[in-house]
Amino acid sequence: MAKIVIDPITRIEGHLRIETEVDGGQVTKAWSSSTMWRGIELILQGRDPRDAWYFTQRICGVCTTVHALASVRAVENALRIEIPYNAVLLRNLIGGAQYVQDHVIHFYHLHALDWVDIVSALDADPKATADLAQSISDWPKSGEGYFAAVKNKLATFVGAGQLGPFNNAYWGHPAYKLPPEANLMAVAHYLEALDWQRDVIRIHALLGGKNPHLQTYVVGGMALAIDPNSPSAFNAHQLAELGVLFQRAKEFVEKVYIPDLLAVASFYKDWAAIGAGLGNYMAYGDFPLATGDPNEKPDLLYIPRGLILDKDLSTVHPVEHTKVAEYVTHSWYQYDGGDGQSLHPWQGETTANYTGPEPPYEFLETDNKYSWLKSPRYDGRAVEVGPLARMLVAFASPDAPSHNRVQELVTMVLDHLEVGPEALFSTLGRVAARGIETLLLAEASLQWLDDLKANLARGDLRIHNGELWEPSSWPDQAQGFGWHEAPRGGLGHWVTIENGAIKHYQCVVPSTWNGGPRDANDQPGAYEAALVGTPIADPEQPLEVLRTVHSFDPCMACAAHVVDVTGREITSVKVQ
Amino acid sequence: MKITSTKESSTLADLLTKKGVSRRDFLKFCSAMTATLALPVNYFERVVKAVEQTKKPVLVWLEFQDCAGNTESLLRASTPSISEVVLDVLSVDYHETIMSAAGRQAEEALAMATAEPGSYLVVVEGSIPTKDRGVYCTIGGRTALDIAQEICGNAMATITCGTCSAYGGIPAAAPNPTGAIGVAEAVPGITVINLPGCPMNVTNLTATVVHFLTFGQLPLTDNFGRPLFAYGSRIHDDCERRAHFDAGQFVEAWGDEAHRAGWCLYKMGCKGPATSHNCPVTRWNDQTNWPIGAGHGCVGCSEPNFWDTMTPIYRRLPNVPGLSVEWTADQVGMVVAGAVAGGFALHGLGSFIRNRVEPIERTEVEVGEE
Repeated sequence: MAKIVIDPITRIEGHLRIETEVDGGQVTKAWSSSTMWRGIELILQGRDPRDAWYFTQRICGVCTTVHALASVRAVENALRIEIPYNAVLLRNLIGGAQYVQDHVIHFYHLHALDWVDIVSALDADPKATADLAQSISDWPKSGEGYFAAVKNKLATFVGAGQLGPFNNAYWGHPAYKLPPEANLMAVAHYLEALDWQRDVIRIHALLGGKNPHLQTYVVGGMALAIDPNSPSAFNAHQLAELGVLFQRAKEFVEKVYIPDLLAVASFYKDWAAIGAGLGNYMAYGDFPLATGDPNEKPDLLYIPRGLILDKDLSTVHPVEHTKVAEYVTHSWYQYDGGDGQSLHPWQGETTANYTGPEPPYEFLETDNKYSWLKSPRYDGRAVEVGPLARMLVAFASPDAPSHNRVQELVTMVLDHLEVGPEALFSTLGRVAARGIETLLLAEASLQWLDDLKANLARGDLRIHNGELWEPSSWPDQAQGFGWHEAPRGGLGHWVTIENGAIKHYQCVVPSTWNGGPRDANDQPGAYEAALVGTPIADPEQPLEVLRTVHSFDPCMACAAHVVDVTGREITSVKVQ
Repeated sequence: MKITSTKESSTLADLLTKKGVSRRDFLKFCSAMTATLALPVNYFERVVKAVEQTKKPVLVWLEFQDCAGNTESLLRASTPSISEVVLDVLSVDYHETIMSAAGRQAEEALAMATAEPGSYLVVVEGSIPTKDRGVYCTIGGRTALDIAQEICGNAMATITCGTCSAYGGIPAAAPNPTGAIGVAEAVPGITVINLPGCPMNVTNLTATVVHFLTFGQLPLTDNFGRPLFAYGSRIHDDCERRAHFDAGQFVEAWGDEAHRAGWCLYKMGCKGPATSHNCPVTRWNDQTNWPIGAGHGCVGCSEPNFWDTMTPIYRRLPNVPGLSVEWTADQVGMVVAGAVAGGFALHGLGSFIRNRVEPIERTEVEVGEE
């Protein structure tokens, strides 16, 4: 038995460490640890709740919009503020663009190199590569000359001797299965996607001033003044530009991302039986199609809300915020009432209590506390969140607005790969679900843009409900929660407001659901469960561990956070 | 197959030619850089020569208490085919978010890239926690502080990207739970240039690197270690809505007629009068827009400690002289510095957090039409 430590896990956001036990060529136990903590929620205490979105947005620069949105929704929920329809649509459009851009970056720049061997691409025949590319898509950049140029570029880069970010990787590892031509095609699209993402994310600049960290959310609506007839507002010209960008986004997803995904997946079908993990999937649902509190009208969410247990797609259970609670049994925090209990976010407390080894260290003490992440549980169960959870819930919810399209896309992918629905519960299933969802959102965003134009045509230019803008108009005490389906999964912010200031704030984050440690009942988190059974060809080069971990698209800056109800100073840290 | 970098490398101009970047695109890039650096036109040839002759300098990018927002900003690099040029101008030998290698192989890549003291550049993103011996951020079992001292300590120069690595940023906002500080404070005595902003605008990073390659030294900076070319003027002075400020035309509510007409956001809390940054000029995302352009006030994100001194976000700045373009930036700066000092004094009291909404006594001076 060998213990393998991977730290840093690269090609993710933030600081993640995975420790595994490997026996008989596969992972038998895994521990997921986040090794960075900032304390942003503690920093929020006492501040203006209208500022919270700007602070929480800095939890993550990759998921740059998601905490901002969850935050304004939490405060709006607490104060019972209903935002105008234009603001609903603007938020959907920003979210849609975030999904599409972020998922494509994940596929090509964070995940692809687990499946694609760049060095093997040097052996590709450009003509055969062009034949391959043209057989799966009518994307115009698929000629022999194009692939010859990319190959030449790559050869020059490698030949120049400075490999930069591609240095010292796992090239030539036996787990790489793609033929050279598929590798070359993927490398070409890796480079194209770099330019593409920069272009399409200008959607965020048009709607929010800049990306990352757009500056446009306000409690009660949005700060983007809209007036088709004003030269100084978001006008008809920018609406047109938005249309071009969303169209371009969809085209790349349809003609490059999805065909590449299917082509790569067809060589790795064995990964449809690896990495299933928990088998419980939860989605809060998102993208409201009308005004009003989505918690009162969850049927209006384009991506539905629901819970699937034990891989049983025949029943979708409801999701209620009161059943969310967090453990710190294996997290570097302590609860006043003892570390065996779990606490709902409104009652959540976080007192840092580092008991890990003194750095520099070789191994964590995985029998004790070993992560800066808490362990969120739904009704006591560990659940997986993210694209796979969302697509499964939509697939299994016949009344959901997106159900038919999701069913079509899921069926298309399964048919293409000649596998059954059980293949979805896997590492490969996560990768496929992310692609399906990207196309779904690219299409839906164009619809929301049409809806926005139609509403503006009716003369409705409202972007903000200012009735409760001034803190003097608020009740002395208010409590609320805001949910958002972030690209990486269900995100919730819970806020308590007292006398116009934040009294208590807590975020329960997708990568905390997925990447958190064991709980008091020794239930592992989603990464930990999914890694068990992962084959390891060479313990010195644990490429296969990266495949399953990356299939979740970890975001550790998001995941590690702190809350404190009472405003106590963090206690001193004990180092054993 | 183990493939690693070799010591020999071609010059950038060779590489660009081989990689099919046209001479025209290359000159466009140099021209944009000359403009961003606010260099006289006759420096153009010098920029071209410097960039052409340079072998790709090694750059390692360290992430500590960060959100990867500056990494995302790096990916948005624009000007002529910049994402490609950035990959080629520099040899980015360590960057956790984009590099292929992980774990031990990643640590080896860092060791190889930094083996020779003084031979490489470092970019740092994120603050460095110092409380409790730095246990709040470890990578490969080592603390951020330990890594920074070694890697930045031996670097040719360190560039901090974003307000966190420059000054501590949001983790250092009161009550600074982890004792977070910026690089210059954590590793005293090293050569650092600060590119604050939340995130930094990548145009300024590219320009700083090009300046370094062109002149063999870092650009001139202000008291906060920020290059003058990027932080030498106030948002307020370059703002497209300035005329409305001077005319006393202010937005009063989100989405009102004044907002739709693009009037001044001062009353909505805009911190442009107290913020030095080239946002209005360089703008963001291929010059598509900037925050004030999209209707929200400036938050002051390039100023040290803005998380405490510039908040509440929607509270208007005190004592900004209205209706007068004659006031100099220095006079306004002194007024703002006074408010900041008040904020710091209160920090020392320790209990201010509870009263955050009204933490700092400020005299509001009404401006505008009243």
